[in-house]
This record gives sequence, C-alpha cells and structure tokens, in this order.
Amino acid sequence: MARELLESGSIIDGFRIGEKIHSGGMATLWRVTRDDIAQPIVMKVPTILDGDDATIIVGFEMEMMILPRLTGVHVPKCFAIGDFARQPFLVMEYIQGHSVFALIERAPLSVEEVADLGFRIATALVDLHRQNVLHLDIKPSNVMIRESGEAAFIDFGLSRHLFLPDLLEEEFRVPMGTGPYIAPEQVLKNRTDPRSDIYSLGVLLYYLATNVRPFGIPQAQSSLKNRLWRDPVPPRKIVPTISPQLQEVILRCLEVDLDRRYATAAQLAFDLKNLSEVKLTERAHRTDRNSFFDATKRWFSSIGIESGALQPSATQNNLAPIIMVAVDLSEGMEALMEELRIHVKRVLATMPGVRIACVNVLKLNRLTINYTLDDEGRNIHVQKLVELREWGRPFGLSQERITFHVIEHMDPAVALIEFAKNNHVDQVLIGARASSTLRRFLGSVSSQVVAEASCTVTVVRAPQAQQELEEAGLEMPSQSAE
Amino acid sequence: MRIAFMSDIHGNREALDACLAHAARQKVDRIVFLGDLVGYGADPAYVADRVREQIDKGALAILGNHDEAAARAETSGMNDYARQAIEWTHDALDEETRQFLINLPMQISDEDRLYVHSEASSPRSWAYITDIGSAERSLRSTGHRVTFCGHVHKPQLYHMQAMKPPVLFVPQTATGIPLMGNRQWLAVQGAVGQPRDQNPLAAYSVLDTTKNELTYHRVPYDIETAAQKIHAARLPQILAARLFIGR
Repeated sequence: MARELLESGSIIDGFRIGEKIHSGGMATLWRVTRDDIAQPIVMKVPTILDGDDATIIVGFEMEMMILPRLTGVHVPKCFAIGDFARQPFLVMEYIQGHSVFALIERAPLSVEEVADLGFRIATALVDLHRQNVLHLDIKPSNVMIRESGEAAFIDFGLSRHLFLPDLLEEEFRVPMGTGPYIAPEQVLKNRTDPRSDIYSLGVLLYYLATNVRPFGIPQAQSSLKNRLWRDPVPPRKIVPTISPQLQEVILRCLEVDLDRRYATAAQLAFDLKNLSEVKLTERAHRTDRNSFFDATKRWFSSIGIESGALQPSATQNNLAPIIMVAVDLSEGMEALMEELRIHVKRVLATMPGVRIACVNVLKLNRLTINYTLDDEGRNIHVQKLVELREWGRPFGLSQERITFHVIEHMDPAVALIEFAKNNHVDQVLIGARASSTLRRFLGSVSSQVVAEASCTVTVVRAPQAQQELEEAGLEMPSQSAE
Repeated sequence: MRIAFMSDIHGNREALDACLAHAARQKVDRIVFLGDLVGYGADPAYVADRVREQIDKGALAILGNHDEAAARAETSGMNDYARQAIEWTHDALDEETRQFLINLPMQISDEDRLYVHSEASSPRSWAYITDIGSAERSLRSTGHRVTFCGHVHKPQLYHMQAMKPPVLFVPQTATGIPLMGNRQWLAVQGAVGQPRDQNPLAAYSVLDTTKNELTYHRVPYDIETAAQKIHAARLPQILAARLFIGR
C-alpha cells in the first residue's frame, strides 16, 4: 500500500493538516481544517507498522465502517473517511470537554457524582445500542464528557454493528478488549451481546467509586478468566460511605451471568437516575467476595462453556422495555384506573422482562408552591406514594420490576413527558377521562402526552355506555351504514 | 451508480415483477441478471421478454446452467423434477428466445467487479458456493475486488484479506453494508424466483458504487399465483410447494 507523506501544512482530500495532537501505538491524531467546516475537527490516521499489523488495520476498518453510520450527540460526528487504497483516515468532530480518564485522579468520587456520571454514560449507551452498535471497549479514556454535559464515546476500533459483517471475528485468537474492563463473555470471544457494555460500564463505575479496579490489571490471558469465577470485593468494603443502592447497581452490572445483569442500558440508566428507589438484594449487603470454595465450584461448572457458535442477539430493548404508567389517584377515576390495571396486566403477560414505573403527578398550585401538608397534617407527597404503591400492589411484582414515583409539578403533562424522556421509557400507558366541553377547550393531559412524548403512548379509556357518549355530545359511528 | 443484482429468477413472473418494481423505487440505474432466468417456474417466455426489454435499456445478463439446458434441451446430470421442468421449459420457448439464452455470456468484467453465475474458478462446471472452501477457491481465481454470483439460492457475503481465509456473513436485514476496500468480497445472491434459505420472500440486492455499499433486499410477492400456474402447467408439484416455505 502506498502511503502519502503526512505533515503539517499538507493537504489531503481538501483537508489541511495542522498540528499533531496525539501520537500513539494505534493511531495519530492531527488537527485539520476545511473551509466549509466551521467546527474543530481532527483526522485520525492508523499507525501502520512494518508488516501491516492486522490488529491496527482491521480495527481501523471497523471504525471506518461504523462511525459514519452513527448519529447523535453521544458520538463524534464523522465528516470523511479515506480509502485504504491510498491513505486510510477518519475525519471527525473534535469533542470539546474532558475525558472520564481525567476524573480518576479525584477518585473515589461521591455516590452522587458516580450516579450522575453513570447515568450520563448509560444514556449514551442507550443511544448507541438503539443504533445496533456495541462499543465493546468502554473504559475511562474512551468516554468523553462534552462541555454541554452529555457523554460521548470515542474509538470504535473494537466495536460491532449487529447488522454488518464483523471484520474482527476471524482476526484474533485472543480475546479483544482492554484487560481491566473486558466482560467475561468477551473473554470467551462472544462479541454479540449489548450487556457486555453494561459490564464494562460497571467496572468503570466501580473504579470511580472506590479508586480500585475490581479485577486489577490482568497481565496474562489466563488471569483475564479469573473474573469468570471470582466476584470482586464489594465496593462498600473499600469505601464504607458508598450507599447500599450504588453497590447493588454496580455489582449487578458486574454479574458474570448475562441474565443476572441489567437487561438494557435503559434499565441501568433508570436505576442510576432513581438511586433511592433501587431494590436492595443480597448484592447490596455483601461484605466480602465469594469464597474460594464457591469460586472453585464455578470454575468447574464453567468448563466447556467456551465452545458453541454465538449468534448476534438484537438489542434487548424489545424484550425488556420500561413501561411508564400514569396513575391518576383523584376521586371518580376508579373505573378508569381499573381499566388501566387490566392493560398493565396484559403487558406483563406478554413481556416477562418488562419494568413498570408507576407515576403520579402531584399538581402544584402556583400560589401555594411550598404547601405540602394537607388539613389533617399528613404529608401529601407521602400519602400519594402510599396510595400509588397500593394501586400497584395487585400486580404482585418484585421491587426490582416495579417502581413508584410521585412528581410535584405545575403541569402534569409536562411532568409525564419529561419523566418518560429522562428515563428512556419505551411506552406510556395513560388513562383518558371522558370528554367534556371544558377539556375540549383546555386540552387534556393525555392528548398533550400523545402529541409530545418521544415514545409510544397508549391511551386507555374506561368502557362507556353508548348513552353516556351521546350525552357527552360525541358523534357515534353511523349504525345504518352498509 | 446504483446497480441491482437479480439472480435465479427461474421463470417466476410474479417474483420478477415485484423485484423490478422494488428496484425502480430504489432508483437503480442498471440491472445485472446473474443467470438462470428460466427453469422451474411457469412463465419462462415472459421472464425472457422482460429481461430482453431491460437489456435494451442498458441491463446486463449472463448465462446460467438452466438457461443453457433449457435452450438445448440438454438434461444430463439433472434430477428428475429439474429434468421435467427443463423439458417443459424448452417446449414453452420459441426458437428466437432459445437463441437469446444460449448466446448469453458466461461472465462479465465491469471495472473492479466480476459477474458470474456460479463459482468463478471454473464457471463451466457450475460449482456451488456453500462454504469457506468454495468461496476461497472462487475469490483466489479472480483479481476483481468484488464478485457477484448466484446459483445456490441462499444470500451469503464473504470477505477475505490477502493472507487469510474468507469469513462468511449472512445478511439478515436491508442494511447498507460497506464493502471496505482493504479486502475482496464475494456477494452470493439469493434467488428472485425460488428462495431456499427458509425465507420465501424474493431476494435481490442493490450496490451503490458511490457509497460503496451493498444492500440485500427481500421482497414479498404473490406466491399463490406463481404456485397455481406451476400446478396448471402440470410441472412437478414440489416446485410450487417449496415456494411457500423457501426451501
């Protein structure tokens, strides 16, 4: 392959090369400019060693394949790719902000900071998985925090697009990833599961929360496999101020068994956003890692699991969605809320992995914004939460699968729409009250949610007698139509 | 330029029409027919007419083993139902159409692309590409960057680096696949008229040469009508039944 000489001042495909800002074993980064692009951009050029090192070339091919197909704030925008026949390169946005790597020197970070950062990264992961791409090399130096606050991933050299050929599949005889962060199934060369990214994010959060890597820095391939049977030291043993909830979340990310991990990045983001609501299990109370005896048992049972072809699983979201149920607890709504319950039960019957978030909006009056006690001196917020839990009790779901949220807001529709967006809700179930003249003038909460929510919205109505509908002035479909 | 690749139509009028209509919506500039226009299905004359019409508009077509067999009524080495179908097809075609078929080229070289019906190392032996070994044989025999072929009725995409064996990818969705320049590609087409990958939808693909992206499409068509015609023509029943299950 002929290579053009790259140096400051030279021009390639219309890009003028500026200063070299990074020179590593895998790639060199140059600042570049082009007249029609106003924002700062960089050119990434693979470091080609003698003998054309396959690791670097194929990783670069993967990145050239995947990055131009990604959109959104959670990845660098791609402007151009250069052909391998002449000079391979990628021109992309220069992300202004800081790398998560820079935060490590401040570790251990507070629970709030870890949860907030984790939420941002999990949110970025939701968007990446939605585009059918697995990053597969999540670590502090590959996550940027933009000046505007969003997390963005860089370096897609080990990534996988679930609908495109995996150029790395036959390339390596050894596991691909970064030692401390690699998921157990990646150690076993499975590159098809979105939950591998959740594991690596768990390692990252563990590190930020404790300043210790859960599995150290493995030097040999054999020591990579330790994570298959040895649990990490519980974070609270290292930093006692870590809350049981955060330990629960982190250790759930680090489960060896994929099915015991979070099913989706959206569910992880949800828990990090609502940390106080997290259901505590044995993980939260663990005070030590699993015993040597237990590890030996697991070691024996893992023998043989390396073989067998693994097919790409599509992103898990369609199997494990988050469904938000807008519950109206006011009087006179009983029939409608019963109908809503029936619909929730239908959802539960068809989707065993579903998570239900019950939301009630406590409408604040502009004039009495700080008024939270009712006449009898009970805290209204707590009272609503109790009623909401009671409403959800008949579903008989474990706390892992159902959560309850009372939101205080002046505009119920806006509150519901924001909750759905911030928590990556896949579907909203909401009841619609019977039509009335007043509501037709003012617009109903449900119609605003339908119009403005960023996900699917199902509007539930209580069955009504025809007479009532006619009284409400609704036009009936003609009975005599042939 | 956007090029549609259609292989193994096998006299299936309904499937061809559905794919041509789909390709028109995809704004393709040219169609390449990768052989086996006839054989099995009940509309060989119609299919040959439509293909000739497309050739007048710039399409390319190459020879398939069934085209050659039907034109010459040469059925040695064929199984029972294939032989019956070939004999029926031979009788259903006029002499002009037989001449059209027999004069189709074995392969066409087009820039960095090779169009051929079967495995490319020895096109006249009509060998199938079914695994890494046959794909490697085909890829090593040509200097072309991308080879397009058919013959096996199952969509497959192999990619190969200079010093390594090829790797198989089975396209499952209509996602544009970038044919990265650092390796060779072998794009085996599914069948328009008789899919056998357990998916009964008609298969064809579109290459965008500007973007260097290949998209494998699946197109629903009126299987009932195509099958009824096979029954009405008294062709072997299995040829109709398999259309419904794509086997």
